[in-house]
Amino acid sequence: MAANLFQVLQTLLVLLLAPLFAGYLQNARALLQNRRPAGILQPYRDLLRLFHKESIIAEGTSWLFRATPYLLFAAMWLAAGIVPILATALPLAPAADVIALVGLFALARVFQVLAAMDTGTAFGTLGARREMLVAAMAEPALLAALFTASLLSHSTSLSSIVDHLESLRFALHPSMVFAAAAFFMVLLAENARIPVDNPATHLELTMIHEAMILEYSGRHLALVEWAAQIKLLLYVGIGIALFLPWGIAPAGDLAALPAAAFWLALKLLAAGAVLAVIETLLAKLRLFRAPEFMATAFLLGVIGLLSYFMLGA
Amino acid sequence: MLVSAHIAVWGTSLLKLLAAMLLLIGFAMLAQRRLLTLIHLLAWQGFVLALGTALVALLTGQTELWYSAALSLGLKALLIPAVLHRLLRRLKVRGDVEAVINIPTTLLLGIVLVIFAFSLAAPISALTGTITRGMVGIALAAVLLSFLMMITRRKAISQVVGFLAMDNGLFFAATSATLGMPMIVELGVALDALIGFVILGIFFFQMRETFDSMDLSHLERIREE
Repeated sequence: MAANLFQVLQTLLVLLLAPLFAGYLQNARALLQNRRPAGILQPYRDLLRLFHKESIIAEGTSWLFRATPYLLFAAMWLAAGIVPILATALPLAPAADVIALVGLFALARVFQVLAAMDTGTAFGTLGARREMLVAAMAEPALLAALFTASLLSHSTSLSSIVDHLESLRFALHPSMVFAAAAFFMVLLAENARIPVDNPATHLELTMIHEAMILEYSGRHLALVEWAAQIKLLLYVGIGIALFLPWGIAPAGDLAALPAAAFWLALKLLAAGAVLAVIETLLAKLRLFRAPEFMATAFLLGVIGLLSYFMLGA
Repeated sequence: MLVSAHIAVWGTSLLKLLAAMLLLIGFAMLAQRRLLTLIHLLAWQGFVLALGTALVALLTGQTELWYSAALSLGLKALLIPAVLHRLLRRLKVRGDVEAVINIPTTLLLGIVLVIFAFSLAAPISALTGTITRGMVGIALAAVLLSFLMMITRRKAISQVVGFLAMDNGLFFAATSATLGMPMIVELGVALDALIGFVILGIFFFQMRETFDSMDLSHLERIREE
């Protein structure tokens, strides 16, 4: 019973926290760049505004265009129930291991790309192609990083990985250091963050994610943006679960909940700060340099795997 | 010198991390386009090497290794990069490193080399019982990566950086496989590398005077005069 309560709690928490995290990130970036921030609650206001607006369906689009925002949101929502962010061993956790989770993200991406091509505009197709270019190279890197953690804990289930890594207590694993670096690069690329894509731009020649959702409006756009915010939070959550797993409560243990919430807040604050600093310091890469960025991430993931075999840690 | 078991466990995993860092720096050099950053990376590699040697000295109690560590720090982390830096300024070489093959392909080739080195070193590291077991493969991989860098770069300076990186890899191999070469050999090798470096420095100036460029492809044609 208590485990189910945890499941509901975490799923709702991720949904509601995602815009807040995005707002915190925007605020931190604005402050670092000497701009006046719009307030940490701005993403909520944006979502609310969009939900109240009429959504216009582009002419000549099929059901795919209309279904995709709901599908995206549903996929992210499902993932929010699986990743051990607040608690491990959630009732839904056995539904998908890390590989299936990557597949779930891929499913969402494929639908987003198809919907972007469905509009038939030049920008949509351009964004879709670029998205696939980045994704095709980011996914192996992501899997390599995840496999390193799986090898270390002899399991592909995120919950058991977290349990195992938590039991190791601050042991230093070279392979995990590489996996962490690879994962971080993938996180930046997959969530349309700065070295690969600029989340704040509407400049047609450089955008990837924005180009794909250009035709969406109203509640559709709200769902797409919300899903993107959840995805960012989930990636940060997976990163925390893999590389800083201390303080995640086992599901059903109500006494551990306040501590888990406290650690989660602290880690998210730190992760947001790191992301904001990275995005302020780095310039966006030329699109043709993006494969190089992803090749580096893949390389780091593979070195992680290899050093596990070679050094046994 | 005896250290407590706790420090030994930590030290060993720290050593593994340093070994992995060495490999990472090797790859970073392979991916680097700018000469100046390349030299900084070489300095970092020397620093990691010195730190690793010092750690092995601490863990095994081999006093000779402390000298080796100090030598690495002074020579490889400070002196040689500083001289290279000066050379770069005096030669007024600017622009990027020109690679023969494009960078992502080079990196993938690097992965293949690392796998090769690891499989080659697996039986060797199974034989050794020292704490540095498993690091022979990494050292070998670092050497091979430096080879790859020398092969894929056109400019003389980046080839010299590759040569020095290879020297670093060899030192690491010696430290990890046999807990360091005899002091006299180590000093000799260090001196050799230094002299080779000085000769190459003179060669740079000669080359610039003759060809007005650092591109080694000029040397491939035979000129009759």
